[in-house]
Amino acid sequence: MATKLKSVDAVLVGFGWTAAIIGQELTEAGLQVVALERGPFRDTVPDFSPTQIQDELRYAVRKATFEEPDRETLTFRNDASQTALPMRQLGSFLPGVGVGGAGVHWNGQNWRFMPTDFKMRSHCEQRYGKKFLPDDMTIQDWPLTYDDLEPYYDKWEYLCGISGKAGNLNGTIQDGGNPFEGARKREFPLPPLKRCASTAKFDEAAKSLGLHPFPCPAGNASLPYTNPLGVKMGQCTYCGYCEWFGCANYSKASPQTTILPVLLRKDNFSYKTNATVTRINLDSTGKKATGVTYVDAQGREFEQPADLVVLCAYSLHNVHLLLTSKIGKPYDPVSGEGVVGKNYAYQMSAYVDVFFDEIVNPFMGAGALGQVVDDFNGDNFDHGPHGFIGGGYICMWQTGGRPILQHYLPTGTPKWGGGFKKALKENYLRASSMQIHGGVMSFRQNHLDLDPTYRDIFGNPLLRLTFDFQKNDLDMEKFVTERAVEIAKAVKGNRGYNVRPREGHYGIVEYQTTHNTGGAIIGDSPSNSVINKYCQSWDVPNLFVMGASAYPQNPGYNPTGTVGALTYWAADAIRSRYLKNPGALA
Amino acid sequence: MKRTIVLAAAFALASAHAGDFSQLQRGKYLVQAGDCQSCHTDKNGPPFAGGRAIPTPFGTIYSRNITPDPATGIGGWSDEDFYRAMHEGISRDGSHLYPAFPYPWYTRLTRDDVRAIKSYLDTLEPVRQEIPPNKLHWPMSWRSLVSVWNSLFFKEGEWQPDTSKSAEWNRGGYLVEGPGHCGACHSPKNLLGGVKKGDAFEGGEGENWLAPDLTGRTLGGLSEWSVDEIAQFLLTGANDRTRANGPMAEVVELSTSHMTESDAKAMATYLKDLPNGASVAAKKTADTAQDTARGRALYLDNNCTACHMEDGAGQPGIFPRLKGSAIVQQADPATAIHLVLSGSRAAATDANPNRFAMPPFGGKLSDDDVAALLTYVRSAWGNRGGAVSASDVRSVRKQVIASK
Repeated sequence: MATKLKSVDAVLVGFGWTAAIIGQELTEAGLQVVALERGPFRDTVPDFSPTQIQDELRYAVRKATFEEPDRETLTFRNDASQTALPMRQLGSFLPGVGVGGAGVHWNGQNWRFMPTDFKMRSHCEQRYGKKFLPDDMTIQDWPLTYDDLEPYYDKWEYLCGISGKAGNLNGTIQDGGNPFEGARKREFPLPPLKRCASTAKFDEAAKSLGLHPFPCPAGNASLPYTNPLGVKMGQCTYCGYCEWFGCANYSKASPQTTILPVLLRKDNFSYKTNATVTRINLDSTGKKATGVTYVDAQGREFEQPADLVVLCAYSLHNVHLLLTSKIGKPYDPVSGEGVVGKNYAYQMSAYVDVFFDEIVNPFMGAGALGQVVDDFNGDNFDHGPHGFIGGGYICMWQTGGRPILQHYLPTGTPKWGGGFKKALKENYLRASSMQIHGGVMSFRQNHLDLDPTYRDIFGNPLLRLTFDFQKNDLDMEKFVTERAVEIAKAVKGNRGYNVRPREGHYGIVEYQTTHNTGGAIIGDSPSNSVINKYCQSWDVPNLFVMGASAYPQNPGYNPTGTVGALTYWAADAIRSRYLKNPGALA
Repeated sequence: MKRTIVLAAAFALASAHAGDFSQLQRGKYLVQAGDCQSCHTDKNGPPFAGGRAIPTPFGTIYSRNITPDPATGIGGWSDEDFYRAMHEGISRDGSHLYPAFPYPWYTRLTRDDVRAIKSYLDTLEPVRQEIPPNKLHWPMSWRSLVSVWNSLFFKEGEWQPDTSKSAEWNRGGYLVEGPGHCGACHSPKNLLGGVKKGDAFEGGEGENWLAPDLTGRTLGGLSEWSVDEIAQFLLTGANDRTRANGPMAEVVELSTSHMTESDAKAMATYLKDLPNGASVAAKKTADTAQDTARGRALYLDNNCTACHMEDGAGQPGIFPRLKGSAIVQQADPATAIHLVLSGSRAAATDANPNRFAMPPFGGKLSDDDVAALLTYVRSAWGNRGGAVSASDVRSVRKQVIASK
């Protein structure tokens, strides 16, 4: 029997990026807010201290900061003909756990989607004709535009102290920035990170091919920064321990370094750790949420009543919670009916490693230190001759030179022994890698639902992931990888390159990217989506769902920047409209 | 008409007794200025309910419950009882209070201010909390010895303004010498725990921290700070030089950050005008270039540079500057050693919400390492602190471990 707690104005499920933003915004509006986080509390000191954090074995290899699959996992299959089995070890993606969520261990690669990404279907149909898209491709337009989100992208970027160079200021293309980006109202809050040798070589090579290189917008502070909340960040020291690590120097934007210092001081905000939400509770009509049920570390069950419920968990968990709470109609890939679990998408990563004559000191890195070309992303090139839609960016990263997992060796190098050591010695300081970071479109068969067999420790069915790469996306990734090879060949002083393509079936074992999207998608009607344009549940108006579960398809960019902007957009609608008149907003 | 005035006056008087709002506000302000909450609250305990263990060289004293609980707090105390405690250090039952309670400073408060404090404390929620008996070593466990102590070190009496100084200076003096009781930590004590005569504000030791010298004589000390920098430090917990750390972080959070800007400036004005003590003799600096080379390597090798930067300049308003720092160059390196060994969380205030913390390096660096590192930091970039030996580090490490 659950212990019933005192009611609050709003309960947030999870306490990562989106909960921190919603918590900050709703407490400013005077609401009593509680966040429920399944993991522990974490702060820069002591959890990410420089005395301990640069420990690749503990954090990167043994995955100390991520979700533990023996507590929570999902089952996976490539298609409906297979029987899904539980993912018993983390591999392909690495959801975070604990206060700050994956916002603690991201790299800081911070992007805005392009204006055409928001109207993917109508734009492609208009340019290439309706027949250009495969029948089973279920992409759809967002119910809001880039221009709608622009002020919220701006708010997010100034919160985080993003380091970058504008490519399009109010419609005027800027030298040194991304000429393909949507118009932004003002410059980035901080200048780009310092250039390093490998990215300078990439820049030169890309320009020689007529491409348009620019520095990746970085959530790694290039200079000391004070954000609009008065929270200060130290400048990045290029230690090379961003991805999969918490930042020791208050330099990488995370809930801890941007919002929590202010939010945790407030009397009308509280949080509980080791509190796993197992249900969104509904009243007898099924149209109103009454709060949530959670289980604490001792296995005790509590009911937290609330007027407003905001799902701020990882995209996969948002979808899981909707399904187990029986909110919205589950998606059926055979009939195409239902919406919850529809349009799950992922991303594609291929690599081209480049070996240089000169030393490039790869250990001086930062999570988003990279030079990028966007010429082959989205619809920045004519897809007509190629037969696919979508694209990706090509980036020469210098995120770090960690000894175990971040070294690049020529194909054919022995995996161990004298030959391995010799090659490592020759190449460690003289190699770097380009990533082909491609989007994935939505398809009828790729989806999320509840597994009929396997259950979690609370007795709930596990989430089941049915996903495979489709021809459109494989063709896209192959095309962009070929362009990356051209850049590699144009790099002056290169001793050769390795192509590590992404081809064949999707596998869940090898790490690729933690950019899982969809399943609770945003749309303009209850028949095609789970949430309306304000991230409000069509079925339960006092329930809002944040995060990348909203994306109708997955463009070629890292998702976090748009997660931040979309959360601010939704928070604004809740504050300015919903609270005045609670009910359906659309 | 006349009648109305009389009535109004009578009403005003009555309401003053029931709790005059402006008096309560002033009382609350003075309770914050006096940082009463800090000592009178146990770790994670209810505010003002006492029970915090206060380590002294003579044993442990437990702070009293000052909520208005009649049985365990000061619920039954009259204004006069309370004034006697504040002014003379004598409890309601006539026994002497130990001077861990800073009555040698609170004696300087006006009767009016003490009444305001009492009226505010009376509005707190009464908390029933028994306080454990003090654990003092003999003969200090003998309370009446305090009267001897008082005759040696205690001068009763309210603050006397110096008419030759500005009103601002006098307001600052009242706050520093009275409620603020800055000297309780920042003045050196003699063997019996009294303030050393003539050495006021030249730095004191407490809880394994060295409260810095506030006179103008210290390298990097307040003589180099502007009045605005001092006021900013008190109000926000940080300025471009440093951040409040160690026990001062709590003082800023609970006390000085709640002061008005004019009061913080007044305190700064008074502190800037403290008489300089004898200048500190130049310290023995690093013995050999080898000492500093090892220290420099430790400094650069991802221990210190990330925040404090290669040139010791820190990051203004974020990470403290070590170049020219008073803490770094103090004659006694205890605080610097303590900071390196166990780290510290800096003050967080509304104006400066970050809870920046220096992590502990005690588990990573040996006594030799810390000595070499600090010897380098105390002699680099024009700093003129003395060399630090491994035995200096060892003794602080022992104390820090013992206090955990």
